[in-house]
Amino acid sequence: MSADTGEVLLRLAGARVSYGPVGVLDGLELEVRRGEFVALVGPSGCGKTTLLNLASGWLRPQAGTVETRGRVRMVFQQDGLFPWRTVAENVLLGLRHVAPGPERTRRAAALLELVSLSSFAGHYPHQLSGGMRQRVELVRALAGDTDLLLMDEPFSSLDYLTRLRMRAELARLLREQPRTVVLVTHDIEEAAQLADRVLVLSDRPAHIRDEVRLAVPRPRQATDPAVVGAVHRILTELGLEGEARETAADA
Amino acid sequence: MNEPTRSHRGPWLALIGPAALILAWGALASLHLFPPSLFPHPLDVARGLVAEVRSGRLLDDVIASLFRVMVGFLLAVGLGVPAGLLLGRSLAARQAFLPIVNFFRSLSPLAWIPFAILWLGIGDPPAIFLIFMAAVFPMILSTCAAVANIPSVYFRVARDLGIEGTELLREVTLPAIAPQVITALRVTAGLSWLVVVAAEMIAGRDGLGFAVWDARNGLRIDLLAASMVVIGLIGVGLDRLLVRLSRIPSVRWGYER
Repeated sequence: MSADTGEVLLRLAGARVSYGPVGVLDGLELEVRRGEFVALVGPSGCGKTTLLNLASGWLRPQAGTVETRGRVRMVFQQDGLFPWRTVAENVLLGLRHVAPGPERTRRAAALLELVSLSSFAGHYPHQLSGGMRQRVELVRALAGDTDLLLMDEPFSSLDYLTRLRMRAELARLLREQPRTVVLVTHDIEEAAQLADRVLVLSDRPAHIRDEVRLAVPRPRQATDPAVVGAVHRILTELGLEGEARETAADA
Repeated sequence: MNEPTRSHRGPWLALIGPAALILAWGALASLHLFPPSLFPHPLDVARGLVAEVRSGRLLDDVIASLFRVMVGFLLAVGLGVPAGLLLGRSLAARQAFLPIVNFFRSLSPLAWIPFAILWLGIGDPPAIFLIFMAAVFPMILSTCAAVANIPSVYFRVARDLGIEGTELLREVTLPAIAPQVITALRVTAGLSWLVVVAAEMIAGRDGLGFAVWDARNGLRIDLLAASMVVIGLIGVGLDRLLVRLSRIPSVRWGYER
């Protein structure tokens, strides 16, 4: 999966978005190729989510172009599962383009098996824990040969340990069902552990301050030296690492 | 999931309150603190009730009242839910029409009684009209609020999944508002049952409301109290019936989080 040779699935060229006088994106350039996992990190309110909304087609840029190819789906930070449908029915929704019949049922069952939730097929989302719901949401988005997955802080509402588990789960799912992913996250460690490229965005209007490439193949441990090194570089770029050290020295 | 663990004594415990009330009522009536012509004894009321059941009059009145409530309520739901859907979807429509809906919602349906009689006479039509006027506006408002509060994430997911048009209504909008609409159905059905009694007292020749009025005019306070007991019991029964809707598995989420 060489990052520079695959077909371009997402291209933002000179995309500009502003809400009134507030410029959120001002001519941002971004290309994501098939098979890549790109993470976007940056300060709160810098326009990361706006970027995903452009990519999903929910928002149109005021200037510039946004091109996507293939089937695009978003995984949301809040609950995106339909609470009136069971776990299995939610996953089946992800397979809507597959003709109804034994093939669709089989694939839905296989997806639930993939996240070890087969015994919860008949449960409703409110009967599951947050982590379980997020796993269902992940496979619903994966279902049906999605080309590009857009993830908007998908694990931010989970506790730390569950979040670590979900990272491993996502890495494993992507090994079994490779997809192109754009992940927006506040969690720099998460970005460095999961992505091939981490784009560090600036304050509004967002531009790309730094691009950190991780050469070590996925999946990686959170404590992999390459991950730790990338975290250090990103924190420094955001002006957080230096300060933290000084504070520690003062104490 | 967490079905409340009801003890097997539950149904028996629920009888304690009514039994105590009837005993206290009987004791109070036996003391003759009030003239028996103004304060009936529960045994007299029971006898009156049995006589009314035997004569068939009670059943006729119950059927007449239930029929009016059913027609008025169904008309209100049939019109109120679609109107609420339209209003809930469009901010402009809300700004234009919500003040009117709020006005009529705040206007006691009983104030319509004179017009109801002038326009529609006596019998089923004025009662149905009054029930409709009582139920339709709360129904519109509840549906409208439910639609306006559907989290936008559901529509975004639907868009990603290619759900649109009437399918969007069927797969997302309606199931998303179902729990709140069911609650509104219970409230407005209760309201309808209150209004039918008032309507029949003034604009009826039969029905439980008329029975109340007729008993008072005939100074049959035993029948008056008997009618009241029946009205209360049927009201509770209606609510019990409608509460079953909220046990449908696909709407449980709306009551449990």
